[in-house]
Amino acid sequence: MAASSVGSCVVCSCINRVSPSQRHLLRTFTYNSFFIRNVRTSYLCFQNQVQAQIKSDPRQLVAVVGLEVHAQIHSKSKLFSGSHVKFSAPPNSLVSFFDASLPGTLPVLNRRCVEAAVMTGLALNCTINKKSLFDRKHYFYADLPAGYQITQQRVPIAVNGSLAYSLVVGQKRKEVVTKSVRIKQIQLEQDSGKSLHDDSRSQTLIDLNRAGVGLMELVMEPDMCCGEEAATAVRELQLILQALGTSQANMSDNDVLSDLSLSSAHDPSKQGSLKREIASFITLDLLIFSTDYEIERQMAVLESGGVVVNETRAFDFKSGPGITLIVLNFIFFFSLRFMPEPNLPPLIVYDRQTVPPNADPQQVINVDWIREQLPQLPQMKRRHLVEHYGLLPEHSITLVNEDGLMDYFVSVVQETTTEPKKVVGWIIKDLLALLKQHSLNVSQSPISPSSLAELLNLLEAGKISSSVAKLVFQELWRGTGRSASQIVQEQDLSMVHDRGAIQQICQAVIDSHQEEVRAIQGGNKRVLNRLVGLVQKEVKGRADPVQVRAILEEKTS
Amino acid sequence: MLGLTIREVSLALREGRISPKELCQKCLKLIKKTKFLNSYITVTEDLALEQAEEAEIRFQRGKPLGPLDGIPVAVKDNFSTANIETTCASVMLKGYIPPFNATVVQKLLDQGAVLMGKTNLDEFAMGSGSTDSIFGPVRNPWSYSTHCRDRSGQTPGGGTSDSDWAVTGGSSGGSAAAVASLTCFASLGSDTGGSTRNPAANCGIVGLKPTYGLLSRHGLIPLVNSLDVPGIMTRSVHDAATVLAGVLQGHDPKDSTTVDYPITPINLPDDIDVSSICIGIPREYHAPGLSSETLSHWSRTAELFEKAGARVVEVSLPHTQHSIVCYHVLCMAEVASNMARFDGLEYGYRSAVDSSTEAMYAATRHEGFNDVVRRRVLSGNYFLLKHNCKLFVVKQIRIGHLGYNFVLMFVCCVCFRLLTPTTLTEAIRYTDFTKEDNRTRSAQEDIFTQPVNMAGLPAVTVPVALASTRLPISLQLIGQAFQEQKLLTVANWLEQQVKFPLIELPDMHENTEKSSSSLAV
Repeated sequence: MAASSVGSCVVCSCINRVSPSQRHLLRTFTYNSFFIRNVRTSYLCFQNQVQAQIKSDPRQLVAVVGLEVHAQIHSKSKLFSGSHVKFSAPPNSLVSFFDASLPGTLPVLNRRCVEAAVMTGLALNCTINKKSLFDRKHYFYADLPAGYQITQQRVPIAVNGSLAYSLVVGQKRKEVVTKSVRIKQIQLEQDSGKSLHDDSRSQTLIDLNRAGVGLMELVMEPDMCCGEEAATAVRELQLILQALGTSQANMSDNDVLSDLSLSSAHDPSKQGSLKREIASFITLDLLIFSTDYEIERQMAVLESGGVVVNETRAFDFKSGPGITLIVLNFIFFFSLRFMPEPNLPPLIVYDRQTVPPNADPQQVINVDWIREQLPQLPQMKRRHLVEHYGLLPEHSITLVNEDGLMDYFVSVVQETTTEPKKVVGWIIKDLLALLKQHSLNVSQSPISPSSLAELLNLLEAGKISSSVAKLVFQELWRGTGRSASQIVQEQDLSMVHDRGAIQQICQAVIDSHQEEVRAIQGGNKRVLNRLVGLVQKEVKGRADPVQVRAILEEKTS
Repeated sequence: MLGLTIREVSLALREGRISPKELCQKCLKLIKKTKFLNSYITVTEDLALEQAEEAEIRFQRGKPLGPLDGIPVAVKDNFSTANIETTCASVMLKGYIPPFNATVVQKLLDQGAVLMGKTNLDEFAMGSGSTDSIFGPVRNPWSYSTHCRDRSGQTPGGGTSDSDWAVTGGSSGGSAAAVASLTCFASLGSDTGGSTRNPAANCGIVGLKPTYGLLSRHGLIPLVNSLDVPGIMTRSVHDAATVLAGVLQGHDPKDSTTVDYPITPINLPDDIDVSSICIGIPREYHAPGLSSETLSHWSRTAELFEKAGARVVEVSLPHTQHSIVCYHVLCMAEVASNMARFDGLEYGYRSAVDSSTEAMYAATRHEGFNDVVRRRVLSGNYFLLKHNCKLFVVKQIRIGHLGYNFVLMFVCCVCFRLLTPTTLTEAIRYTDFTKEDNRTRSAQEDIFTQPVNMAGLPAVTVPVALASTRLPISLQLIGQAFQEQKLLTVANWLEQQVKFPLIELPDMHENTEKSSSSLAV
């Protein structure tokens, strides 16, 4: 292939097939429609102890799980260049001279990205470093045009934070425990480009649209012990980022990628020496599944007297359920080279005390100003739901954790006289269950908050029975465009209030079920329920069950 | 006419004694005549004539842009120039045409300067002789001057046996030779460890290394980001000040390491009183290898200052000997990092080897870089390995800053300026120069210049005399950070005192006015 020069901002480079060994080092590649990204090694690599032998009782094994999450910063332009950030733009259409690493170009830090990192740090109770530094992390890869990534290895923007997350536990899943994971640091980092491997032509195509996009790398200490905890922590983080607007945190758009580090040992204090990583996942279910799989796999190895080697594995969806594969070895770690970034002066942020008196607010970053702009965070939302609406903690978790469900709930509550506790029952047990069954989002729900509110109002006013309400709900779900009251009217579902008519029906049921009547008279009162059911069947559920029961009791006694 | 300074020729342009186009054509003619010097990699003849024509229109309308309007200049081939090949004298970038101008180049063009071409250098500015270029070495014009020729019998562009010419020094040898041979009035070089001052000294011209952060590096293909500065080469101190004012940008939004420096015209007074200043003579600069001639001119110059009433004191810079070690570690580490982008994918040279991406990388980098670059990349990567990084690089940076503080402290507290030699000796003959490798030569040649880069200070080299070999000997003045005006004022005084002769190239007389030599500064 001939030498080429870049004449415009569009770089479309075609290189030969990446060799098999290199394939495993891919930063990002499509694999059965899941994105897998290789590990971030910044705090896991260079452990002197490559392997450790476990000799004591394996029954006391404890697993610890750490996470490194990369969240794409929601900003108009890239971290160090003016190129726009847009998902699914035509390949190489968002590439500045700097992004393409043209010699002589220099990085210029994007203020918005710094603000996002500071805000995220504050939301996660971090200490914001007033002075942070940038470093270069070197490795050769085709979609890394400069041959290095600018990151914050030595002094990151935020350190020593914590992320609290609530976990629903217990056999009936009604117990809520709040756990916390320490945030070691948040660092600003450039994303790389994307390699697309064309197997049939044995070529690799490179798209640099993503190269240079700002990322926040959040390093969580290994304070978690299973896949569910890890997934709940990631979900909580995602909610926080979305609430802050610092990242769209859309897992399907690759906005959030988590890398997992995992180890099993007897003594949790010795965990540091034993590290395993599994490359990141696009869904939380996969995160849970593969974490637990890997924990089991490691424990099995240890129990059989084996040795757990420090290595990086990827989750392989092709080879069947739960196979983790080795993708990186230590040689790769050693080939990473770091250096202070000489083209960026130290990043200085101010607070109210230190901000220069004549500083242009557009030019300086003031931590206190950002703190004032912090919105309501998920944990506060849940507390509000519990305190203001009297909901159960586990319900508040569900409402906040499902995208849009809390807003849905609030809308319904505003339009109905029904108690919030009852509303939440309908929303979680009926609506959410159906949505999940059909893999729909709350925003895609065929039942709008106001139509649900109308239904609940009919029920609350005693115009329909609860069993009719369920029927109407099903009808609404089918989305015929008719309102609850229209359905009730058209199908003649209103409550039957005529006592005489109900008495007649009751009498007819008693007459045709003499055997049951005898049983009741013999003392088996439970059989009465069957008769109530038969009556309701006759009236299509439109009678007041209390009234029906009273009439039947009277007639059978 | 070509031997004039910018101030003089600018006046001539204004007075209509010559038009920008005539001036440009004269320079182009001389560039062709002096092709054997190998100063230029690319001569942008058409573009230069176009620019000169535009300048001519401005002059005709009586609205020239400023003192640089219509002035022919040259730019080292490691500054990005839009639509003009920028090679860094390397196979790696042969054919690379940047889509943008370096900020300093853009500033020159904005001032109406006429770009004559891109000048030769050591590959990626790694060297101190301008001998390691894929386009061949640059020859020192003084080897062909009448002064020198009388002595050694050299003829310009002579036969194959002609190898006994002096090197220009480096790495901005092409820029220095271009100015010294009168093919342009000013040129841009880059200075990382002395790359502007060293060839300027060897070629008998003024070389200014401004304070780090004063001039934008945007578009300058980096050698060592933390030390690189664009350098200015002219035939007089006054011209250096004019060009510096022309390329001053203040804070360049494209280079985060530039400082917000107020852009004020640099005025050098003609009547300079040096009686109130203090000149420091660093003891450690009496280094082994310093020629007796250079030493005697250094002493004589110090006496000049003393006679004029300046206070001349001996100072000690105890970190000087460590500076070069720090410099080399830093240099190699940054080189390894900066060269990582040359992988043959996005631009530049790509090897024909295509069995795998790694094989392509390896072959591209092997074929694209010369030994010097490859050696620095290899050792740099060794220093950057994580366990070594702390040991070497971070430590060197700390020591570097220590050195910085020391130099700064001395310059600020004890005296205002330091006077040192620029090089150990006058320019060395090519055959002698190439007896040692690039690494050894760099360590020798940069000894007096690189501490200034480590400290980020401004420095200027001024030619003071011709050695017995009839090659120039120059001295260096080091100033306080961002005090270019004061530094250049003293340099201007020195220049007035020493009356360094203008070069006389034998063939040149036929093409230029007789007045040129008599108008020498």
